[in-house]
Amino acid sequence: MEHIRTPKVEQVKLLDRFSNKSVTGTLHLTATHLIFVESNSTSAQEIWILHHHIASVEKLSLTTSGCPLLIQCRNFRLVHFVIPRERDCHDIYSSLLRLLRPVSYDELYAFSYNPKQNDQQREEGWQLIDLAAEFERMGVPCDQWQLTDVNREYKVCKTYPRDLYVPITASKPIIVGSSKFRSKGRFPVLTYFYQEKKAAVCRCSQPLSGFSARCLEDEHMLQAISKANHNSRYIYVMDTRPKLNALANRAAGKGYENEDNYSNIRFQFVGIENIHVMRGSLQKLLEVVGTRSLSMTDYLVGLENSGWLRHIKAIMDAAIFLAKAVTVEGASVLVHCSDGWDRTAQVCALGSLLMDPYYRTIKGFMVLIEKDWISFGHKFADRCDQLNIDPKEVSPIFTQFLECVWQLTEQFPQAFEFSEWFLIQIHEHVHSCQFGNFLGNSQRQREDLQLKERTYSLWAHLLNEKQNYLNPVYSPSFAESHPVLEPSTQAYHFKFWRNMYHQYDRSMHPRQSILKHVLTLKDSNRELEGTVQALKTKLQKFGVRTSPLKPQTPPRERSIAPRPQSLILGAPLLSRKEVQQEEDEEVFGEEAREDAPASTGGERTVEGSSATENGYGEVMGSFGSKNEPGVVTLEFGVARMSC
Amino acid sequence: MEFAELIKTPRVDGVVLHRPFMPTVEGTLCLTGHHLILSSRQDNTEELWLLHANIDSIEKRFVGSLGTIIVKCKDLRVIQLDIPGMEECLNIANSIEALSTLDSVSLMYPFFYRPLFEVIEDGWQLFVAEESFKDLESMTDEWRLSEVNKDFRVCPSYPSFLTVPKDIDDESLCKAASFRHGGRFPVLSYYHKKNGMVMMRAAQPLIGTNGRRCKEDEKLINATLCAGKRGYIIDTRTIAVAQQAKARGGGFEQEANYPQWRRIHKAIERSNVLQDSLIKLVEACNDQSHSMDRWLSKLEASNWQSNVKEILTTACLAAQCIDREGASVLVHGTEGTDSTLQVTSLAQIILDPTCRTIRGFEALIEREWLQAGHPFQQRCAQSAYSNGKPRSEAPVFLLFLDCVWQILRQFPCSFQFNENLLIMLFEHAYASQFGTFLGNCVAERVKLQLSQKTVSLWSWVNRPQELQRFLNPLYEPNNLVIWPSVAPQSLLLWEGVFLRWNRSTKCLDEACQEMVHIIEYNKELQNKVNSLRRQLAQLETEDGPLQTP
Repeated sequence: MEHIRTPKVEQVKLLDRFSNKSVTGTLHLTATHLIFVESNSTSAQEIWILHHHIASVEKLSLTTSGCPLLIQCRNFRLVHFVIPRERDCHDIYSSLLRLLRPVSYDELYAFSYNPKQNDQQREEGWQLIDLAAEFERMGVPCDQWQLTDVNREYKVCKTYPRDLYVPITASKPIIVGSSKFRSKGRFPVLTYFYQEKKAAVCRCSQPLSGFSARCLEDEHMLQAISKANHNSRYIYVMDTRPKLNALANRAAGKGYENEDNYSNIRFQFVGIENIHVMRGSLQKLLEVVGTRSLSMTDYLVGLENSGWLRHIKAIMDAAIFLAKAVTVEGASVLVHCSDGWDRTAQVCALGSLLMDPYYRTIKGFMVLIEKDWISFGHKFADRCDQLNIDPKEVSPIFTQFLECVWQLTEQFPQAFEFSEWFLIQIHEHVHSCQFGNFLGNSQRQREDLQLKERTYSLWAHLLNEKQNYLNPVYSPSFAESHPVLEPSTQAYHFKFWRNMYHQYDRSMHPRQSILKHVLTLKDSNRELEGTVQALKTKLQKFGVRTSPLKPQTPPRERSIAPRPQSLILGAPLLSRKEVQQEEDEEVFGEEAREDAPASTGGERTVEGSSATENGYGEVMGSFGSKNEPGVVTLEFGVARMSC
Repeated sequence: MEFAELIKTPRVDGVVLHRPFMPTVEGTLCLTGHHLILSSRQDNTEELWLLHANIDSIEKRFVGSLGTIIVKCKDLRVIQLDIPGMEECLNIANSIEALSTLDSVSLMYPFFYRPLFEVIEDGWQLFVAEESFKDLESMTDEWRLSEVNKDFRVCPSYPSFLTVPKDIDDESLCKAASFRHGGRFPVLSYYHKKNGMVMMRAAQPLIGTNGRRCKEDEKLINATLCAGKRGYIIDTRTIAVAQQAKARGGGFEQEANYPQWRRIHKAIERSNVLQDSLIKLVEACNDQSHSMDRWLSKLEASNWQSNVKEILTTACLAAQCIDREGASVLVHGTEGTDSTLQVTSLAQIILDPTCRTIRGFEALIEREWLQAGHPFQQRCAQSAYSNGKPRSEAPVFLLFLDCVWQILRQFPCSFQFNENLLIMLFEHAYASQFGTFLGNCVAERVKLQLSQKTVSLWSWVNRPQELQRFLNPLYEPNNLVIWPSVAPQSLLLWEGVFLRWNRSTKCLDEACQEMVHIIEYNKELQNKVNSLRRQLAQLETEDGPLQTP
C-alpha cells in the first residue's frame, strides 16, 4: 500500500474510445486493482482493472477539462480517463507506474489472491491435470517409447520438465550427446503419440550445426525416433522458421539439419516469423483497429499491412502439414524452431488438436496447454511481460495459438466442447497473474516458486465455471465422424477475431448474441426436464401413469458465475465479488456499494444498441449554434424507446 | 420466333458435369427454350435444371474433339460441362448464348411457366396501395392518396397511387413533378408512428445552372414539417457530385429556398461504379491462390465492403434523424431510383419492427423497390461475370440485401426471416420463373400484363411448405429500434452469397440444425410442462391426492 498516494479521486471522466460519449465517476486505486465506479446513473457501470493487465500508462498534456490518463491493457482494453486536478492525475500515474512494475514474483497477484479455499481444495485443484496420465492415454510408455529419468534433476535441460519420453533405443549417452548439440540443451523428445499409426510428434530446438558441424549422438537420436515407427521409413524434420532465418543462424554456430548427415529424414521449412515480427504485427493490428472513424479501406489495408492474419495462416498451414504427415502418411515428425519454445509449441499443440478430438474438450484443452506450453517451457513470464524485464522478449505467441483455435471453431462449430469465451478467459488469465499456472518461464522455476503451495490453479477455477464456457452446439459424435480436422486454408476463411481484440468495445459487437441465446435455452431445457420429472412424480401420486421422459439429465445444482459488465454480452469476467469482498473494507469504507440493479428503469434497448455510440454522421451541431432541443437529446447514451 | 430455331443440337449424350464440392455427373444434356438440363437417368443423382436467364456468360475450350463449356451463372455459381464432339459443343454453346440473351421480355420464362402448386393467395393482390394507406389513416389524417399519376403521365416510374400531404393538390404535384428529375416529386416513404416524423423520397431538383426554384416543391416538402420544426434532406451524393449535376440541369435544394431544411451529403456510389465493384469482389472470391495478402488487397480493391458501409451508414443516419432527432427527412440522389431506395428501405428495417417480419419485408420490397420504380430489368440484366460493356447493370438491390444481412447478423433474434430469404430474393431478382421482378416500373408491368400472365413470387414464397425454409428459429419479436454498428470490424463479407459455391457448408449446416433442435426441444418441454401442470391442477381440484397404500 505504500505506493498508493491517492486512493480515491472523484469527478473523473471516462471517455469512450470510439465515440464522443463520456461518463463521470470515481476512481479508486487499490493494491491490486484500479477501479472506476460510474456515479449518477441507474446502470452504475463499474470497471475493474487488474494492475497486471496494464501494459502502459500515459499522461497526456493538460486540457481545459483536466488531465488525461491513457491506460492500455494486455487484454486489449483501452481506457481514457480525464482527471480534474493535475496533481491527482500525477499521483495516480506515478503509483500505477510503480504498481505495474513488480520487482519480484512475490509481488504478483497470485500470491495474495485468496478464493476462500482450504489447502486441500487448493491441492486438489493442482492435481486436476496429470501429464503422466495424459501420456498413458496416448499409449505411452509402450514397446517403442519409454519414460527417461535423465532430466529428473533438470541437469540435462533446465527448461524441460522432469519427465520426458524418448525412444527405447535412445540410451542416456545418446540423449546427453544430442542435448549438447541442441540450443539450450533441448534435445528431441516425444510430445504426442498417434496410436493408430504408431507415429510420433517430437520436439526440440535447433541443432548447433553451424556450417559443417555434426553430432553422431544427435544423428543417432533421430534414427531412434525413426526406427520407433515401423509404418514409415522416413521422418519429417519441420523447421518452423523461414529458410532465411535458419540460414542466418548458421553463422552463429546454430542452424538446421543437413539432410546428408541424417539418414531418412525429409527436411522442410514452414516459414513462421519470429517473436519480434509477431510483436510488431500485433501492434500494427491494434493501432489500425483502434483508430476512430476507421474507413473500410484503411481497415482492410491496415489488416493486410499488419500481416497478422498471414501469420495466423502460416501457423495453421504448418499444423495442417504436421497432422497430414502423421495421420495420412503415418510418418513421425520432429518439430523445431530456434529454441523450440515458441513456434514449436504453436505447431505441436495445434497439430495435436487437429489430430486428437480429446484436445477439443474443455479438460483436454487444459491438458494440451499444460503439456505443450507450460511443461515444455514456453516462456510465459517473458512473453507476457509478468515482471517487466525486457520489452524485446514480449510477444503474443500464445495469443496466436488461441486465435488459431478460434479460427478452427469458426470452421467446425460442433467440434469443440468450449466456446470462444473459454479461449478469451484463458487469455485474460495468462496475463492476470491471478493464478499460478502461467507464472515463470519453466517448470523448474515454478517449483522454486512453490506455486502449488502458494497459489491456486486456474484450471480448477475454470472447471468450476464450466457452464459458462460450454459450446451449446458441441457434438461428441462429431469427433467420431471427424477424428482428424481438415480445415480449409483458403485465405477468406481467416477472419479478424473481433470478440478478442475488441472484447471491451461494446459498440463493435452484435447486439444479440446467438451463443448467449442458445446457451440460455440449453440451461432452460435442463431445468424444464427437471420440472417435467417433478410434475410426473406428483401426478403419479394421483395414480396417473406417465410416459418416461426422453433424454434425462439429473437436475444439477448450478452456480453460474457472476457476469458483470459483460466482455462480450454476458461472457464471464473474473469473479468480481471475491475480489470485492477482500477489499471493500479498506477501499470503500462506509461507502460500500451494492451491485448494480438489474433493471435500467423503464427504457428498453436491444442489448445496448445505440445510435450515438455508433457515430453514423454529422447530425450533431446541425443547425449551427442554435440550441435545438432535438440535437441535445443525441447526447444521451442509449437509444431509448418506451413500448 | 421459335426457340427451336436457336437450338441446333437439342440433346447430347455422354456429357460430364463438374460442380464444386459435388461428385461429377455423367448424363444426357438437353436444351429447351428456357432450360439447360442434365440428367443422368440414375435414381440417386441430382439433375441439373438451369434457367438460361440465369447464365451470365460462357467460355468454350477444346482439347481434341472434347469440348468444354464453362457456364458462369448470375447467382455466381460456375459449372463445367464436358461435351464430346466439337460440333455438338459449338452448337450447344451458341444456343446457350442466344437463349440467355433474349431481348424480348415476353419471351422470358415467367410467361411460359405454369405452377405445379395451387395458388391459394395471389401475390399480385397482396400489397395494394389502398390497403397500406388505410393503416396510415388510422395513425394520422395529414396525408392523402393521390391519383394524379393514374395513367403514369406525371411520373412514368411512379405507381398510380401516391401518398402526399393532405394540403397539397394535384395541380401543385404536377408542378413539383416538373421540377424533379424524371417527374419524381417528393412522396411519403415512411411514417414513424412513435413521434409522427416522416421519411420522404424524391429525385434531385432540377435547379440547373440558373438556380431555378419551384414554389410548389418547397410548399410540398414544407407541408410535412410541424410548426417550428426543421427537417433534414439527405442527398446520397457528395457535394461535389451534386454540384456537377447542376451543369446537366440537376442539382440540390438551395439553403435560401429551403430555410427549414438542413442538407447532408453522403457518398453512395453511382450504379456503374457498383457493377465494377461486384465484378472485382467475385473475382477476388474465386481466386484460388490461398495468399492472405492477395485476398485482403483484392477485397479492399473491390470496394464492396466500403459500399456496404456507406449505404448502411446513410440509412442509419436517416433513421437517427427521425427517431433520435425527431425530425422529418427527405432522401434523394440523382434519379431517386437506386441509392435513395437503399436508404429509405434500410432505414425502415432499423425503425419499424414490422419490416423485420416476412410479410412486412415482402411489403417493403414491393413498396420501396418494385412500386417505387427501381429498374430491376436493367439493373439485373447481367451479374458479376458479364463480359460485355456494362449498360445500366448494377447490383443496387444486392447491396441492399447485403446490408439487411449485416443487420440480421447483428440482431439475429430480431428478424422473422433468415438469410435464405435474402439469398432467394437475390436469385430471383436476376433470374426467375416468376414475374415479380420483370420490368422496370409499375407502368411497364401493367403493359406486360404480368399479373394476368405470370405468377407472383409471393404466391410461391408464402405457401406454408416454402415459408418453412425462410423462418428464423431464433426470432423473438421486439418493438425496438435496432441500431447496427457500422464500424468496419463489425461488417462481414456475406459468405452465403459470395463464397456460396467456394466452400463446403456441411459443418455449418449441421451446427445450425443442432441449434434448431435445441430451440424446438425447448418449446416441446414448455408445452409438456404446461400440459402436466393443467392435468395436475385439474386432479387437485377434483379430488385430493389418493392415499398411498
